[in-house]
Amino acid sequence: MSVTVEHITKSFGDVRALRDISFSIPEGELFGLIGPDGAGKTTLFRILVTLLLADEGQATVAGYDVKKAYRKIRELMGYMAGRFSLYHDLSVRENLEFYATVFGTTIRENYDFVKDIYSHIEPYEDRLAGRLSGGMKQKLALSCALIHRPKVLILDEPTTGVDAVSRKEFWDMLKKIQREGITVLVSTPYMDEAALCDRVGLIQKGNLLAVSDPSELELSNGTKVFRFGTSGRPYDYLQRIRNLDAQVDAWLFGDEIHVFTGAGVDCGELDRTVQSWDVPDLEWGEATPSVEDYFMQKMREEPE
Amino acid sequence: MKRFRGFVIKEFRHIFRDPRTLAILFGLPVVMIILFGYVVSNELKNIKLVVYDQSEDPVSRELTDKVLASGYFVHVADITSEKQIDEIFKAQQAKLVLIFDRDFEQQIMNEGTVSLRLVADAADANSAILAVNYAQAIIADHFRRQGGGVELPWQVNGRSRMVFNPELRGVYMFVPGLMALILMLISALMTSVTITREKEFGTMEPLLASPLKPREIILGKVAPYVVLSFVNAITIVVLGVLIFRVPIIGSITLLLLECLLFITLALSLGVFISSAAKTQQMAMILSMIGLMLPTILLSGFIFPIDNMPVVLQWFSAIMPARWFIVIVKDIMLKGTGMPFIWKETLILVGMTLFFIMMAVRKFKTRLE
Repeated sequence: MSVTVEHITKSFGDVRALRDISFSIPEGELFGLIGPDGAGKTTLFRILVTLLLADEGQATVAGYDVKKAYRKIRELMGYMAGRFSLYHDLSVRENLEFYATVFGTTIRENYDFVKDIYSHIEPYEDRLAGRLSGGMKQKLALSCALIHRPKVLILDEPTTGVDAVSRKEFWDMLKKIQREGITVLVSTPYMDEAALCDRVGLIQKGNLLAVSDPSELELSNGTKVFRFGTSGRPYDYLQRIRNLDAQVDAWLFGDEIHVFTGAGVDCGELDRTVQSWDVPDLEWGEATPSVEDYFMQKMREEPE
Repeated sequence: MKRFRGFVIKEFRHIFRDPRTLAILFGLPVVMIILFGYVVSNELKNIKLVVYDQSEDPVSRELTDKVLASGYFVHVADITSEKQIDEIFKAQQAKLVLIFDRDFEQQIMNEGTVSLRLVADAADANSAILAVNYAQAIIADHFRRQGGGVELPWQVNGRSRMVFNPELRGVYMFVPGLMALILMLISALMTSVTITREKEFGTMEPLLASPLKPREIILGKVAPYVVLSFVNAITIVVLGVLIFRVPIIGSITLLLLECLLFITLALSLGVFISSAAKTQQMAMILSMIGLMLPTILLSGFIFPIDNMPVVLQWFSAIMPARWFIVIVKDIMLKGTGMPFIWKETLILVGMTLFFIMMAVRKFKTRLE
């Protein structure tokens, strides 16, 4: 196992940031930790990168205990913190050079390793890092985190605040890094990025809700999800669907409605009722639950 | 070692790319020393002097010449009656009146004592005291040189200041104090700000999570400022010597070594402050209030320590600048060496070790 987390608990004063978190990541996996802001993602990562100590529980990274062998981990791990930790008054190359020397290596020694990513920003080598676009900053930060050939790469919300095209490119790069045999642990608040991971951990208010292959998420209590699409105004139908049954709930997801049904709902009857409405260009059918659906259900189960 | 070198190179880049840092580093000392040297110095020049010579004999005339020749006084008028003094002061024609009684020379010869009066316009008390002090010192000096055996009561008072600063020049007092102030400000303020900057910009996180050890980070941060502060120390000394003609009677090497010691102390204080401050602004305020003000007020730089209440005197004893100022004065103005300043030096060494220890202990390997 490349990363193991066992019963990690952490509180800041009265705030319980992490509650009894356990999971493990095999070597070479691309693991996504997904949850809204304030769920505890950053706290968990800071424990793994040896910057915070857990109140209870154990964790290992690359086979070393995060508390006792933190020096070893700091050599073997690449870490990209939430804000791209670049020196804005240093040029692109100077930033990379600095992180290389910090890890006792040089750009030349490991150039091949970061070439795929660094080549995107190499034309701007002499530009100050503070004057790069968000996407370029992200690539530079990733190059800096990789320049010492880490065994485990830990990225805290690397795609936050970056445009959609750069996000897509970034995930392609992570896939490539993964192919080099590096374990990648990445956190994100974007649910749609879950599908790009081998496995995801869903975290909310300090609780790890599930760890699963993103395509195999199962909703609890036999809940099913139906998608309701129309060329008309979906909002007009939202309340109508909610009024059908106490166990039926509906939420807007973009321009379509996701309908959640409890175990006691007769799906056949629901099907017929909806079909009988006069809905322009109705698209209706059962859907595989997405990560969003999963979070939505959890949020309804545990009200604030 | 390569790691460390890389770190120091990075720090130098930060410094030389930030105009504000450069201005504070190199502009501030020069501006401060010139400002303090000229403006804040409590030295008087061209004090308007009126003479009321009732005896008009060789000795009184010689003394008058002596006082005027010092360059501090300008002879504006002679008067012939004491009643005129009031008018002169009211019209602000003069600050000081020098009065020789009748038969001045004869009194010295016959009785060995003489009465000579100085009347000052004390509306501005400070300058009045200074003017009187100057005149007294000059007259006392005159008699001492003559060896006339005339004991003047104020001769004793003036002596301690006159020995090392015969012209009573304020700049001599200010240059050592300024050195302490500037080195403290630059060293402590700059290091505390540069460390908190990494915290504020989030770059401290990956540094901590890297194989760099805390002491490597601290030393890497501090090393460039040791060099630059040392350059500053030399600048101040050179300015003092060139512009204000402050003498360096003692060993220059010893003076510079003591500067280096004081710089190290101030830098470790800066690191210590940065461990308490989360933002650059906080670090700046802490440095200003925690270091600048006490250095100015309690180090004996401006206000004499002997005049302070006892409690403040204790506080002054923990001011590093206090001991540094004594050392610098001793070396520059008295020309003394280690045998006379080992105690102060030892105090500074002790303080330095204490703050380095505290700084390293407080600088954590983790975020909390």
